Amino acid sequence: MADDPHSHSHSHAHGSGEVSELSDLQLRVRALETILTEKGYIDPAALDAIVEACETQIGPHNGARIVARAWVDPEFKKRLLEDASEASNSLGHVSPVGAHLIALENTPDQHNLVVCTLCSCYPWEVLGLPPVWYKSAPYRSRAVIDPKGVLSDFGLKLPEETKVRIWDSTAETRFLVLPMRPEGTEGWSEEQLAELVSRDSMVGTGLPKSPTEAKGAGR
Amino acid sequence: MSNTIHDMGGMHGFGPVEPEPNEPVFHEPWEGRVLAMQRAMGYTRLWTIDGGRASLETLPPVTYLAASYYQRWFLGLEKRVVAHGLVGEDEIKAGKSLRPGRGLNRKLTVADVPNTTRRGNFERPAPAPAKFKTGDTVKTRNINPETHTRLPRYARDKLGVVEAVRGCHVYPDTAALGDHNHAEWLYAVVFSGRELWGEDADPSITVSIEAFEPYLEPA
Repeated sequence: MADDPHSHSHSHAHGSGEVSELSDLQLRVRALETILTEKGYIDPAALDAIVEACETQIGPHNGARIVARAWVDPEFKKRLLEDASEASNSLGHVSPVGAHLIALENTPDQHNLVVCTLCSCYPWEVLGLPPVWYKSAPYRSRAVIDPKGVLSDFGLKLPEETKVRIWDSTAETRFLVLPMRPEGTEGWSEEQLAELVSRDSMVGTGLPKSPTEAKGAGR
Repeated sequence: MSNTIHDMGGMHGFGPVEPEPNEPVFHEPWEGRVLAMQRAMGYTRLWTIDGGRASLETLPPVTYLAASYYQRWFLGLEKRVVAHGLVGEDEIKAGKSLRPGRGLNRKLTVADVPNTTRRGNFERPAPAPAKFKTGDTVKTRNINPETHTRLPRYARDKLGVVEAVRGCHVYPDTAALGDHNHAEWLYAVVFSGRELWGEDADPSITVSIEAFEPYLEPA
């Protein structure tokens, strides 16, 4: 699988002299790691630990806990909207969040959508590494000019009266969308609510699952 | 460089956004190695995040578009270690180290990895009071530097309103050139869809960027 250059569509790189077949790239990546290691610049064990942290520790489960807490605790929600870094770190059970995290509250009047048109800025401490679509040319180019078209690519249609606000992450500030709490979840625990909070609902390209959808998904 | 292919906001023709269900953190093991090498070399503090971005932006446009995300990162990293004199062109070609490395101030160890899963703080003491305040109407400057900038083309020479003052942050335009400490005031500036995209634009959308003070003039 890994030796087949056509095994994955996102890895294609045609029409370029600098990037040829994937197997060639794999060799170059391995060679660079060897060179950097031999020259004493990096420790491969530290690289292993970074990959493991990305695969196991950081991820949208962190953001989901923050959103769920905001849904059940008005005082926490107020703090989150004032200083999302401070509020998130106060929870203790999520991985530490650096400075300049900003929470954006969705309301019946305004839906928030986050993009980085210039590169791939994303609140990875709370959502994990960005998905391929977030870093792709279609999303980066269209989110700011045709946000409703982008939302329809995700199967999302907002009510006519809802305004759409796009946040282009052009500096070191990072944005976390606080979606609206789904109807029919009165009395739900924070843990149950966190199960409804999808990654896309915290970027603005989706909504939280409804109680029925959650059941359908076997939750 | 500023007016290169990475500045994608508002471009047409890239097609629909294609979300991938159950997307893995990494599609191939080499992607994780590239990300980890990037983090480990970033830890040396030889360049900042803006220097890293600038090296991706100077990739030839055809390469930039044809390469996947982590392929771009790899090509940028390879360029950067050569440009900083850490690795020789001959070593890249040979695929192995031909000389001992030079001494670096910092090397990432396994024990330090947990600290790399938290983003740094980019706020710095303010050298002067902020020129603008929340509610001010501002005009973005019409700048076209050949060096790195974080003012996207679609938001140049436009009227907007300051919505928030974020504090004084490391200025990407100079950080990419090697001055890692120079800081400027940062603002959230919001534009109507019509100001950005003309009379035919959807009146229900607004777009904000995070704009550094040198990008702005009083309106």
